[in-house]
Amino acid sequence: MYKATVIVKRRPKILDPEGKAVEQGAKLLGFNNVKKTRIGKYIEFFVETNDKTVAEKEVREYSQKLLSNPIMEDFEFTLEEVK
Amino acid sequence: MKPKFGVVVFPGSNCDHDAYFAVKKILGYQSEFLWHKEKDLKGSDVVILPGGFSYGDYLRTGAIARFSPIMESVYKFAENGGIVIGICNGFQILLELGLLPGVMMKNESLKFVCKDVYLRVEHNDNIFTKSVHQKVLKIPVAHGDGNYFADETTLNELETNKQVLFRYVSPEGNVADGFNPNGSLNNIAGIVNKKKNVMGLMPHPERCCDPILGNTDGALLFNSVAENYLS
Repeated sequence: MYKATVIVKRRPKILDPEGKAVEQGAKLLGFNNVKKTRIGKYIEFFVETNDKTVAEKEVREYSQKLLSNPIMEDFEFTLEEVK
Repeated sequence: MKPKFGVVVFPGSNCDHDAYFAVKKILGYQSEFLWHKEKDLKGSDVVILPGGFSYGDYLRTGAIARFSPIMESVYKFAENGGIVIGICNGFQILLELGLLPGVMMKNESLKFVCKDVYLRVEHNDNIFTKSVHQKVLKIPVAHGDGNYFADETTLNELETNKQVLFRYVSPEGNVADGFNPNGSLNNIAGIVNKKKNVMGLMPHPERCCDPILGNTDGALLFNSVAENYLS
């Protein structure tokens, strides 16, 4: 079995109003070195197979079809074998 | 002949009854609810995807609803020229489904906006606005994710093909940032597909059909569809 971790990010060119708002909070707290805050999604799940290629294919397709919207988001993932 | 409207009900839809009530009780057309787990459109001439929070807006608005069994039928129906109207969350579902281009982002203000807005009717070459003779409509919006985005190529295509049907404007009909409730590109409030049989809009025409509410501008759209759906 594999544990998958998917991170979905807005494309760099896409405005991120949430990130902007959170960064305002950073300024209020005095974290003046904090720049370019971007908010994304972290998704984890298990894939029930012992074949890494199968797991990779499934995670990639799942990420493309549902977890991210290709018009505004990119995704990356890692797989970790678990017993 | 009067058209039959089918109103799709997803878990989390909350404007389904408003849409049903507006077209059936106020405007007098046949109407039926269509459960999202079914595949049968029950002979609908027009399918409405209503507003609300299908699947709790989890992941992205409309992202999960677009995989509901009924959406396969709605997709085929639209591909064959069937008339589909997506209102608010319904518009978001149509974007996720790919029947309309682009994507919806969070409002620029990050706030849920609920108020009357003014829309300029940009084109009348389609069934949705053919019989709408008013240039500016007053229709309420109620959404947190109505900030329409598409890449430059798609946006140019939409404008060139006259697919931008409604824009947020001043009461006099002038486009300006101050009248855009969500930051959408080109003040876009509603669009149609290339074949002009699928419309998505963020404002809620079903909420302004009953004369008792003091505004019936929304009825103009449903009546236009009813008058022209056979053409």
